[in-house]
Amino acid sequence: MSIELAQFHQVFFEESFEGLDVMESGLLNLDLGNVDEEEINTIFRAAHSIKGGSGTFGFMDVSDFTHVMETLLDEMRAGQREVSQKGIDVLLAAVDCLREMLSAIQNQQEIDQAQVRIYKRRLDEELNGATDVTNAPEEDSTAEPSNDSSIGACQESGWHIAFSPHVHMLKLGNEPLRMFRELEEMGRLTVAADDQGLPGLHELDAEECHLSWDLKVVGQIAKDDIYEIFDWVEDDCDMAVQSLADREVSREDVGLAEIQANVDCPVPTGADSSAKKVADKKVEKKQKSTAAKGSSSLIRVDTSKIDTLINMVGELVITQSMLSLMGEQFELEKLDQLKTGLAQLEQHTRELQESVMNIRMLPISFVFSRFPRLVHDLSSKLGKQIELKLSGEQTEVDKSVVELISDPLVHLIRNSIDHGIEMPQQRTETGKPEKGTINLKAFHRGGSIFIEVSDDGKGLDPEKLKAKALERGLITENDTLSDRQAYELIMAPGFSTAESVTDVSGRGVGMDVVRKNIQALGGTIEIRSELGKGSTMSISLPLTLAILDGQTISVGDETYIVPLISIIESLNVVPKMINCVLGKGETFQLRGEYLPIIRMHQIFAIEEPRATELTEGILVVVEAQGVRCGLFVDDLLGQQQVVVKSLEEHYRAIEGVSGATILGDGSVALILDIPGLLRLSVDAELDSVA
Amino acid sequence: MSEPINDIIKREVKPATDSGFTLSEQNFGFGNQSNLTQYLTFSLNHDEYGVDILKVQEIRSWEPVSRIPNVPPYEKGVINLRGAIVPIIDLRERFGLEFLQHTAVTAVIVLQTEHNGKLRSMGIVVDSVSNVVDVETAAIQDAPDFGARVNTQFIHGLAASNERMIMLLDVDKLMIMEGTVEPV
Repeated sequence: MSIELAQFHQVFFEESFEGLDVMESGLLNLDLGNVDEEEINTIFRAAHSIKGGSGTFGFMDVSDFTHVMETLLDEMRAGQREVSQKGIDVLLAAVDCLREMLSAIQNQQEIDQAQVRIYKRRLDEELNGATDVTNAPEEDSTAEPSNDSSIGACQESGWHIAFSPHVHMLKLGNEPLRMFRELEEMGRLTVAADDQGLPGLHELDAEECHLSWDLKVVGQIAKDDIYEIFDWVEDDCDMAVQSLADREVSREDVGLAEIQANVDCPVPTGADSSAKKVADKKVEKKQKSTAAKGSSSLIRVDTSKIDTLINMVGELVITQSMLSLMGEQFELEKLDQLKTGLAQLEQHTRELQESVMNIRMLPISFVFSRFPRLVHDLSSKLGKQIELKLSGEQTEVDKSVVELISDPLVHLIRNSIDHGIEMPQQRTETGKPEKGTINLKAFHRGGSIFIEVSDDGKGLDPEKLKAKALERGLITENDTLSDRQAYELIMAPGFSTAESVTDVSGRGVGMDVVRKNIQALGGTIEIRSELGKGSTMSISLPLTLAILDGQTISVGDETYIVPLISIIESLNVVPKMINCVLGKGETFQLRGEYLPIIRMHQIFAIEEPRATELTEGILVVVEAQGVRCGLFVDDLLGQQQVVVKSLEEHYRAIEGVSGATILGDGSVALILDIPGLLRLSVDAELDSVA
Repeated sequence: MSEPINDIIKREVKPATDSGFTLSEQNFGFGNQSNLTQYLTFSLNHDEYGVDILKVQEIRSWEPVSRIPNVPPYEKGVINLRGAIVPIIDLRERFGLEFLQHTAVTAVIVLQTEHNGKLRSMGIVVDSVSNVVDVETAAIQDAPDFGARVNTQFIHGLAASNERMIMLLDVDKLMIMEGTVEPV
């Protein structure tokens, strides 16, 4: 039975983590003065279903812990207890603890019992502080004298447990089978049931427990852990735990359990199967670990998305059959029909592709939802008052982007809290509202997703940044930087503007990592700032990483793809637009701006380009990371969507190339990486100078 | 072209008679009793080379490749191998031999090796594919050390077949050195 249960573990974990998120955001939303009853109800329900689920799956630690939380919440809900900031903080900490417990179980690691006990005690204190309800099973276990002394003490030989529950134990919802199952996880378990106490069949009440058990569990187990399992029922049973060595029971004597199963009693049937499972334990564990491995690649998809997909496939099938019918008896008159059919096919394929991509899309709220907590914790730690405003949480992004963008965003928000927003006093002095605001915004524009983090803090001071960079030797005195370039300095490795290093930020390792991560996603980051008014970090990311709109270009007899998103325009130049800096660096003037020219045939060493004079070919104006330049190519071929294939799978990364794709004729074309090309051209200039 | 070779691979391998023999790494594919390893041999500038046949994915004829910019000249480029982008290396140039214009009979041997649990493929351009030979593992001789004059780092060993010397290549090393795993 537990083998079947194991397959639901993943769902349980997912739901529990979602439940925790709900609890967390609910707790953060609680307004102390005016408590919304529905909000508490929501939190309570989430806690309740985690408790129920964990009980069902036998994660007693979790269900015990949640039980205490639930009690606290229940009192809040019933109005018996006032909602205090302290209570919320304790509950938030408990949510964290619960999350750790669950992920420990999910990864099949040991739960940090010491930590759990600390949080549980805090909950109990909160619970008992206001009312006299002593509903703390944990206190009993600490009262056990042998408990603290034997923490961590392991016995090689194992333990003998004499367990005889009181008659009413089953009525309290305790299931011995679950405890046995947990024991079984720890070591080799043998169970012997004693049915001597059983009354006659006519007297037997199915809800009463008349059995007692002799349990032997062999393995490296701390006595504590055994008590932990029986924690819940300690008041409702008589039990004695003795080490096997004391009893002088040799391991060889420990055989499989012999159980006299009584059909009329509900418990022994379970005990029987649990004994059988001793043999199957290895198999079961193996299955569990495979289930855990597959966990990270799961995705939840809205049914409507799948319906669209099915509709689309239906259309595709119709078009296909139409075309094949036409192919069977083709006459030249039908050419127009064929063309229409093909056009339809193309449209369906495109739609199908879009819907398939859509399946991978998740709302960005998956990332955003963790930030209210972050802001709450950090701002109270730093003594600042900050409000976080979210918008565009429903903007959908590719799953892989969601996974990878969250760390950079955490960095940016921490930076805003720590460096951006000033202390309340400072804010009032400068005429700003005491409470700072951080805006977290996501939206689509063109083929990109923009995520912006903006604050109304003190902003970046370009002069200060330049001075700092000079001090660090990142720039020289001769360098003249625009404000924008100065802002970019904060993303240079080892650069930090914080006067002192705190544990929040200031070590100067953050922003360069942020930029690197975003670049790895094919995105760019731009900084806008106004001194004294605040700053904005704007991240733009491609919608998906698997397909991009490309412009095919040709140089010599080679074909390359330029991502359409980085192209601003393409033009023919006339001689008067072209200038040379120091006789070497070619530039051209575009609407008053001088842009450098990168000759593709030079930088990629392409033989026999058709155009060697700038006026013969075409300049493709591209932009990357706020820098523009003209890419000199022979010709533009056409625009098409290309499927991005990795070069690194069988080969390696090539500077200036982000990947490859397969063209309609089966040949391979490289996709240009514009930032990489810019770096290449700078290196080439340096070489030519040297 | 690849069919007869497949036939040879499928051919039953004679069980080993010498039971006291220790197995070399190359031998894993044919079970524990065999002390024979099969090598696919090819010629390069009138010399015979061999690669472990279990590392050979397929043999193709030369076809135009898409050039990769700014890489050593022996890295000819990449091809589309049923949707995968696979690099092609000219072995002549790699070994510092004179370049021979590729023709229709020029063969490309696609090698495959496992690295970090991932299969990686690479094509090597050779003059022509010759044969499949059984080499007794014990008969493989280490390549002599020529010092700096000759770079023998890719040579796993030397073996004799029909009184000709075959240089057995270390495929894993060859593929790693080609930067398919780490940039050179």
